[in-house]
Amino acid sequence: MAIAFKQETFRDDFSYRNSPENIRRFPFPFDRDEYMYSVNMEPHVKGQKGTVFESLIDVDEHYIAEMHDRALVLRDDPLRYQALPHMMTAQWDTLELLMEEQAAGYPEHFTLIRNGDRWRWINRPLGIDDTFTFGDTATLPYEPLEYITRQAQGDFCIVDQRDGNLWMDAGMVTTQADWSLDFDIGMNFMEWHGPVPLAHQAGVFDRALKFLLNLQQGKPTRRFNWTMTINPRLDTSPENYPKWGADRATVTPENVGEKVHLRVELQSLWRLPRSNAILFVIRCYLMNMNELVTVPKWARRFPRVLRTLPPELIDYKGLTRYRQTTIDWLSKFDDGAPTSPGPFPD
Amino acid sequence: MLVEGIKSRPVYKGLSIQPRSRRHIFALEGEGAHALLERKAELDDAALSRSEILYVARGSQAKGYDEALRELGAQMFFAGPTIATLLFRLKGTLATAHMGTRLYIAGTEGFIGQAMMVALDHGMDHASIVTEHRGSLARRVQCVHCKGITEDVTHSPFPCSHCGLPLLVRDHYSRRLGAFQGVNIDAEEPGSAPDPEELFL
Repeated sequence: MAIAFKQETFRDDFSYRNSPENIRRFPFPFDRDEYMYSVNMEPHVKGQKGTVFESLIDVDEHYIAEMHDRALVLRDDPLRYQALPHMMTAQWDTLELLMEEQAAGYPEHFTLIRNGDRWRWINRPLGIDDTFTFGDTATLPYEPLEYITRQAQGDFCIVDQRDGNLWMDAGMVTTQADWSLDFDIGMNFMEWHGPVPLAHQAGVFDRALKFLLNLQQGKPTRRFNWTMTINPRLDTSPENYPKWGADRATVTPENVGEKVHLRVELQSLWRLPRSNAILFVIRCYLMNMNELVTVPKWARRFPRVLRTLPPELIDYKGLTRYRQTTIDWLSKFDDGAPTSPGPFPD
Repeated sequence: MLVEGIKSRPVYKGLSIQPRSRRHIFALEGEGAHALLERKAELDDAALSRSEILYVARGSQAKGYDEALRELGAQMFFAGPTIATLLFRLKGTLATAHMGTRLYIAGTEGFIGQAMMVALDHGMDHASIVTEHRGSLARRVQCVHCKGITEDVTHSPFPCSHCGLPLLVRDHYSRRLGAFQGVNIDAEEPGSAPDPEELFL
């Protein structure tokens, strides 16, 4: 069934909202009533219809608006896209993967026709119909990674594997939870995770790195990450922190439902066939508290999770100013009843 | 001592001389001269005949380190007036360098970072470069907002020398930029920046 794409904004008047159907498929990341820090990796395999796992590269009703917002970010700051010179093979790998997955999952919206290395790519939602030579950058209007990630929801990093480590050597990062590709490009796995509290001591990154170095082609893996954002703003970059930081001080008991958003990242990791690099997809989903409480199980669970968050993470995630106000507001919807196991709505 | 535990900050292990190198290039700044002078015993005539020393005195002017370095008797010695001049000369040296060339860098962290960037641009692997921190703990900081670099930062927060925002110096270091990250400290409540503390002297 064709997706009804929405016209909406992630800035200025913030008209972004989720339809009732999209709320039901929101990837709520908590499978229990308390917060627990873990590597939480699982195979990235297709799941049930009506969930974000229906296709391995998820396209939803926000696609067109999100691509428009990305174009605006890049116009103001082209360095949100960067790739080191040795990453060109991995760029083509990524273009192939995203075209194939989008065409397979949404044939009514995307079509890929290959004739040897002459490829035709049709993207109906964005009105694109391009023919190019796979492997020849001169036949595309942008570098391959920039070209395809201007047409795919989520942030994309390509990490190179060498010296028993992973290196952040290319990326398109415009919907990030407060980290800078421009600053982090070229860093290894431990370095770019440097500022994350608690996890280093818990050995989380050692285990995750070991796991990822052995990631196999055709067996992508995924995990969730989450934070909270005031207003449905995709571009919460450190670059623009002076523009959005003050939003955190605007939360009142009256506007929690509209302003406070749960921000979930579905991170999927894919071994790339030619380059042996890993594509790291960080797909961001936003849902405000009014929308969240339409699912009674989530309305009970989320304030319970927020209460059990360690202080270091409250600070790191930037929740300090509005966490209590949000818990108080949400608690009206928590009657104390037990919740069913797992993250999905009842 | 530099504070430890910053995952993205390089570890400066000290200027151990690699005897098998075909050529030794020493890029030294200020008190970094001592890092080499203290290892005089490890430098025999053979090593010196394959050595090039580049030095900028900066804050250590008038301490006579340049003379002491010159007297080591390396095959080439160059004393530059500024870091920029030294880096320009270093680029020239690396542009014609061969396999087996070893680069040693000693001085303040900002200097190490800048010389390291030149080396990375010439295809050297950062792990192969020998470094030692000497002198001030001042940091070189990139403002993540306007991208301007401020040198010799000793306080946090400090005003960005380009856009003026009060910046917190984060313990996050980019080798590619040779700089720490500066982030606006009062974005959530403009005007609420705490008084600067002298942290990196």
